[in-house]
Amino acid sequence: MAALWTLPLLLSGCLLGCLALTPPDELPQPHNLPPLLGFNGSDGGPSVDLPMALRVFSVDYHHVQAPFEIVLWIMLASLAKLGFHWSGRVPAVVPESCVLIMVGLLVGGVIYGVRHSAPPTLSADAFFLFLLPPIVLDAGYFLPGRLFFENLGTILWYAVLGTLWNVLGIGLSLYGVCLLAQSSLGDVSLLHCLLFGSLIAAVDPVAVLSVFQEMHVNEQLHILVFGESLLNDAVTVVLYKLFESFLRLPSVSGLDVLLGGCRVVVVGLGGLCVGLFFGLVAALTSRFTSKAQVIAPLFVFLYSYLSYLTSEMLHLSGIMAIVTCAVTMKQYVEANVSEHSNTSIQYFLKMWSSVSETLIFIFLGVSTIQDVHMWSWPFVCSTLLLCLIWRATGVLLLTAVVNKLRRNAVTFRDQFIIAYGGLRGAICFSLVFLIDDFPKKRLFITTTIVVILFTVFVQGMTIKPLVELLDVKRKKRALPTVSEEIHSRLIDHLLAGIEDVVGYWGQHYWKDKFEQFNKKYLRRFLIREDHQARSSILRVYQELERREQRGDEEAPPLVDPRSHSRLLLPEEMDSIRRILSRNLQNFNNKQTPAYSRHTLHQDTTMDRTRKPLHRHQSLGERHTYNTITHWPQVEDGEFSESHRVRAGLSRSHTVCSISPRPVLQDSSASAQTAPADPRPAGDDQVFPQHQVPARRTPKKQLSFVLENEKQQ
Amino acid sequence: MGSRASTLLREEEIEEIKKETGFSHSQITRLYSRFTSLDKGENGTLSREDFQRIPELAINPLGDRIINAFFPEGEDQVNFRGFMRTLAHFRPIEDNEKSRNPTASEPLNSRTNKLLFAFRLYDLDRDDKISRDELLQVLRMMVGVNISDEQLGSIADRTIQEADTNGDSSISFNEFIKVLEKVDVEQKMSIRFLH
Repeated sequence: MAALWTLPLLLSGCLLGCLALTPPDELPQPHNLPPLLGFNGSDGGPSVDLPMALRVFSVDYHHVQAPFEIVLWIMLASLAKLGFHWSGRVPAVVPESCVLIMVGLLVGGVIYGVRHSAPPTLSADAFFLFLLPPIVLDAGYFLPGRLFFENLGTILWYAVLGTLWNVLGIGLSLYGVCLLAQSSLGDVSLLHCLLFGSLIAAVDPVAVLSVFQEMHVNEQLHILVFGESLLNDAVTVVLYKLFESFLRLPSVSGLDVLLGGCRVVVVGLGGLCVGLFFGLVAALTSRFTSKAQVIAPLFVFLYSYLSYLTSEMLHLSGIMAIVTCAVTMKQYVEANVSEHSNTSIQYFLKMWSSVSETLIFIFLGVSTIQDVHMWSWPFVCSTLLLCLIWRATGVLLLTAVVNKLRRNAVTFRDQFIIAYGGLRGAICFSLVFLIDDFPKKRLFITTTIVVILFTVFVQGMTIKPLVELLDVKRKKRALPTVSEEIHSRLIDHLLAGIEDVVGYWGQHYWKDKFEQFNKKYLRRFLIREDHQARSSILRVYQELERREQRGDEEAPPLVDPRSHSRLLLPEEMDSIRRILSRNLQNFNNKQTPAYSRHTLHQDTTMDRTRKPLHRHQSLGERHTYNTITHWPQVEDGEFSESHRVRAGLSRSHTVCSISPRPVLQDSSASAQTAPADPRPAGDDQVFPQHQVPARRTPKKQLSFVLENEKQQ
Repeated sequence: MGSRASTLLREEEIEEIKKETGFSHSQITRLYSRFTSLDKGENGTLSREDFQRIPELAINPLGDRIINAFFPEGEDQVNFRGFMRTLAHFRPIEDNEKSRNPTASEPLNSRTNKLLFAFRLYDLDRDDKISRDELLQVLRMMVGVNISDEQLGSIADRTIQEADTNGDSSISFNEFIKVLEKVDVEQKMSIRFLH
């Protein structure tokens, strides 16, 4: 462990050495990527006068300076990340983003100390063009589609109305504060306050995700906060640009405000359309990649990035475009490309987004060390306070309204997490740098940095203990009895079934319509011919599976006459309870998010469920990727395969049980079976009837105290 | 009777269903359009295949039993009245209903009736008792294939033991109610039907 920590320090040393080699004014901004690399060599570096003999060994740093430094920064970031995960107790207490910012602060401080001038800052261009897209693409690609669309109304409600509430509230209140503190803040106008409000109100997806990694939030909450942070980009960007253009105008009329409102809609929908367009083109392209499978993943990245750049060019919402593009192309691309390509896409996405995120946080830290700070106690403190207050009231009010329309009410605990978990991040930071220069700009920058650091550090670190405190109050009731657990699960399944019969409020109607359209036109056009499934064959397949399932049900279980009248000991009770909690399928209390920055576990589950289907190739299907698409087949079409699998998973899955549980070392199960156990358990729970014939992993028995006892 | 228009549902029928189940007018019409969309044969009744076409229901471990619950004893078709009658069990209990006078017949969505619905999911042979076998069957469906029969047997034993007060090694309906008295059944077994 100690060795790993010395590495980043070593690297920082190297970095400093390199920086020291060049005079400060020559230092390029990091991430001024390829187009600017051409300028190597034509600078006034330390030139040495040497005799004109042949040199055997020489160092030409300027030749490789720019890429070398970029690589060093990325290396530093990644090693810091590694070190964080190896450092024992730290991840439990401090979220990763905090540690990274601290590393950045450290590096920035060292650079400042060595060179006595400001370290390189995160340029807004570099951030928006290079660092942000991978993260959003990753989020969009792995978005749990069904959950997202089920909660779309609520998410939009929070994103649009919530952001508007926050922006106006914070802006106007800050203006009030400026009026009160006339002496020091008198030259900050209303428009400036509104502009500031618009950029500080936005919840940042990067920061939110990184904090939620370590927290156990249920899926629904996760998708609410995450979806909100993604979608409020449209509102934020528009308001920001609106207020900025208002600042440039000599006067603002009512018409301008109205036009501004229209712009919100245009920006959002425009981003959506651009994303849709590129997503469909990408899907179409992937159809033809069978002859050159190796470059298939490249198209995913190229088209997504193109959609982002195009919408940025048109001043539309780039984040919405890239998310829509990812969501659209995912189902078709996954059906078209080979499995290896799929894996490559997923791993690359994870890798790039990880690197991006790490770099963003480190640069946040580094950029904090600067000369340009201007401090004003009333402004900074009131901003902090107002951010919290307005967000809390906004969430409370909006939730009160939206709960009347939702089936799963957003509980108070959830509301607290939504309000308190509204972290600000690098987007605010970049936006504040883009403001036109005016006397108090430096104040704004300082305040933004303070708010970001406060939310990430204080809120990020304390949210987990506070939530646990809230939970403690609910945990006081006694452990449920075995009967209660079993009957409750029965009722949960029953309710799930009835909800499906009812069609869940008629959202099914639109889903049906979409599925029909999807099947009739989109799939036929966008998916390779040999991958399109024949429905009749799958119907046969499904029928066979059903018959097997029914057969299993009717076989009477072995009854052990001895076990009728035995009383069970407490240890057995505990074992029973553990078995139940692990194996009974969980509903709305799922404790791991469906999306995770660092792992792909939900997708490996999908692979496993795909593999059993490979066995049924005798049914005439060469490529079975699509079988799961139509499995369980509905005559008139099916939703996308991964979504359907996950739909099955979302109702009755134990992906949550795959996440490492400390309880695994239960009883005398041999060590190698225990870790592997949850995985087949996870899959087997989802499709018990379908995997009985086709399971590849050998059935592993959870050994049970009772068995040992019986042997005595 | 060929058209699928919702005007097919006559006003008197809606009134009757309203009285019997307690749904509101708009809820009934909305559920009727869901009924007709499920009814692929367009003959005004649903068969088991119509239910089995619902994808999520196929994955549900208790899917077949839930489907069974819609059909009255021995029949293979269910009309809209029967459909609504079953769904009425899941209507939330409103406050003004709680103080209903005890002499009036119990509404379909009372706590007892909700529990009876759940009870009948176990009790296939309708003998008003959940035997060990019936419990084992349901447990096996819910728990999957990873647990051995012996373990499952002991869990079933424990369940019966917790509930059984008269020592007949099976759970009667009253014992079932007693065991679940701490569980908020009214809230758990309710769907908020959109108005």
